[in-house]
Amino acid sequence: MAENEAIAAAFADGPAFIPYLAVGDPDYEASKAYVEALARGGADIIELGLPFSEPIAEGSTIQNAIVRALEGGMTPSRFFEFVTELDVDVPLVCMTYYNLIYQYGRSRGGAPGPDAFVERAAEVGISGLVVPDLPAEEADPLREACDDHGLDLVFIVAPTTEGERLERMMERVSGYVYVQARLGTTGAKTDVSDQTTRSLQRLSEWDVPKAVGFGISSGDQAARIVANGADGIIVGSALVDIVAEGASSERPVEETAAELEAKARELAEGTREGAARRSPDVDAI
Amino acid sequence: MSTDGKFGDYGGQYVPEALMPAIGELDDAYQRYVLNNEDGFMDEFRERLADFGGRPTPLQRADRLSERYDLDVYLKREDLLHGGAHKLNNALGQVLLAKYMGKERIIAETGAGQHGTATAMAAAHLDMPCTIYMGERDINRQRPNVFRMKLNGSDVKPVTAGRGTLKEAISETMRDWAATVESTHYVIGSVVGPHPFPAMVRDFQAVISEEARRQAQEKIGGLPDSVIACAGGGSNTMGTFANFVDDDGAERSSADDPSGDEPRGRVDLYAVEAGGSSLAVDEEAGVAPNSASLSTGEEGVLHGARTKLLQDSFGQIMESHSISSGLDYAGVGPELAHLVDTDRVTPVAVDDDVALEGFHRLSQTEGIIPALETAHAFGYLEEHHAELSGSVIVNVSGRGDKDLQSAIEETDARDVPNAPDMSMFAEGI
Ligand SMILES: Cc1ncc(COP(=O)(O)O)c(C=O)c1O
Repeated sequence: MAENEAIAAAFADGPAFIPYLAVGDPDYEASKAYVEALARGGADIIELGLPFSEPIAEGSTIQNAIVRALEGGMTPSRFFEFVTELDVDVPLVCMTYYNLIYQYGRSRGGAPGPDAFVERAAEVGISGLVVPDLPAEEADPLREACDDHGLDLVFIVAPTTEGERLERMMERVSGYVYVQARLGTTGAKTDVSDQTTRSLQRLSEWDVPKAVGFGISSGDQAARIVANGADGIIVGSALVDIVAEGASSERPVEETAAELEAKARELAEGTREGAARRSPDVDAI
Repeated sequence: MSTDGKFGDYGGQYVPEALMPAIGELDDAYQRYVLNNEDGFMDEFRERLADFGGRPTPLQRADRLSERYDLDVYLKREDLLHGGAHKLNNALGQVLLAKYMGKERIIAETGAGQHGTATAMAAAHLDMPCTIYMGERDINRQRPNVFRMKLNGSDVKPVTAGRGTLKEAISETMRDWAATVESTHYVIGSVVGPHPFPAMVRDFQAVISEEARRQAQEKIGGLPDSVIACAGGGSNTMGTFANFVDDDGAERSSADDPSGDEPRGRVDLYAVEAGGSSLAVDEEAGVAPNSASLSTGEEGVLHGARTKLLQDSFGQIMESHSISSGLDYAGVGPELAHLVDTDRVTPVAVDDDVALEGFHRLSQTEGIIPALETAHAFGYLEEHHAELSGSVIVNVSGRGDKDLQSAIEETDARDVPNAPDMSMFAEGI
């Protein structure tokens, strides 16, 4: 399996902070400013959500972001254009649903299937994909396309993923695994669930970076999860909340961008602090 | 028929990782209890369908329609099943299965409210707590069913996302399931979703054609020439077709068909979709003013399965439309999509106006007020009877009590040739 070098490098010196935003929320230009603010705030990798009309894994915060982005005219073509224009130098991972990947070839006049999408993603400089409605069982065609074009395919490990299923997934994963901190959909929460700790223990024998997401909202939480053994922290809803507030209060884009940058900095610092706090026996798992 | 979850290229399990173990557990329970009758599951299901549900439902000759169309028209009376639609066959099967699996809670989505009502009844009957997700727009279109669900003790949760119809309700129920999967069973309402749902729901609904095939022997003296059913997700459709699918007229060697070496008869199968106001789509607005995914849709992935969908060229799912909320869905069961691709099922569509004509026709000539979903099948018969011959079974998937308000308003707003003057009631009943 091909490993994307940019993603491997992002985990090479210490745990990675990985923020998420829905691209085009609430409009194209503002969204670009927001993503660039996350990079300035210390993101090591950025997950860019390509909005799909039926986001079944998403809680209400990100659902609403997706609705705003779709209403703002976001499409897969515009998304790729957006990525080309972005001025950031961290690896980018695209998070979207399988139907958009599958149909992209047809929208360009070709046959349906994942290859055209992955080829275009590679062309604009995307390093990896996360597809929340594509379990390992259905992923072989996409896995192949990602290998052909040098992209990582990141799988989500749920609290319910274990045994043979976990093994099958680990045989197909590349880049990092997305450890889902709790059952349910995305959305900011305040507690750190012990489902997270158990998941990290189950994964400890696998030599792949483990990034924890779903519900993380503060630098302090990030620090605790990293201290518990995570190699990365994924934060979406807590950042999307800031974008939503900006959109509803109609304050200037720069103000919202500054707030996003500050939040990103808090989370990035928490991530690094957690690594320093890590006890030697946690390092061992 | 497939047991690996694929129908040709359709079907599969496109769901969030968190749901995969639950779907695996369900598949295991499906194999053991439904396919192998472990612990007498199927016996108990059949007994409850008879005692609680009122099965078997009659196969009735429709004398006046037969005369009008110069055909032998037979009605499979699923409207007489408890609850007033075929939905109970599936809901009772799944709630009972959830009990056998040791689940403690039921969730379901509903469009027309018929599946929600059937699930609420089955949950009350089997003493399971139950939450139903329903689009806000559908709640307003189908108030009597909302009351029925509440009377049976279910919690009805409005879904405000999107246009507030079935598609959004399914997405929202999947989100609940992703958070509660260990204790909860999701009773999906049609032959859609990830494997094993399409196969399992078909098997629960197949009692319709199991009875109809036997009743046809008695009443018609053999197989019907054609079978017609409306199709939203396609559960009444698959249930009505299931035991006729092999009657494809093909020669079989005795090795293929241990039951005998005679050629099978040929039964034509028609799935009638909602043509809405037009079969065209508005890409710009992301709206298809119809729900005809079998007739006009393209292959794609939605709600856990690969199937035919109403989508734009990028794969965004379109908002569908139909006068009947039970047909108002952008997808369709994967097995039906496969049967259409292999030319075993003929997809046809009738628009809102013709469906209303069918609604009034059945009401006036046979004394049966059909659901607006079912009315599409009769609209097809009204328009295309000349292309049919011999004997025809039409599935009366449900009764129209839930639709009276909409039917009166919609009739008043259009020019329906065979409708009584309803204008005096259009302001509210
Ligand atoms: C009476 C009736 N017929 C048909 C349908 C369509 O569902 P399906 O296509 O799954 O049979 C519904 C759905 O609510 C219904 O209530």
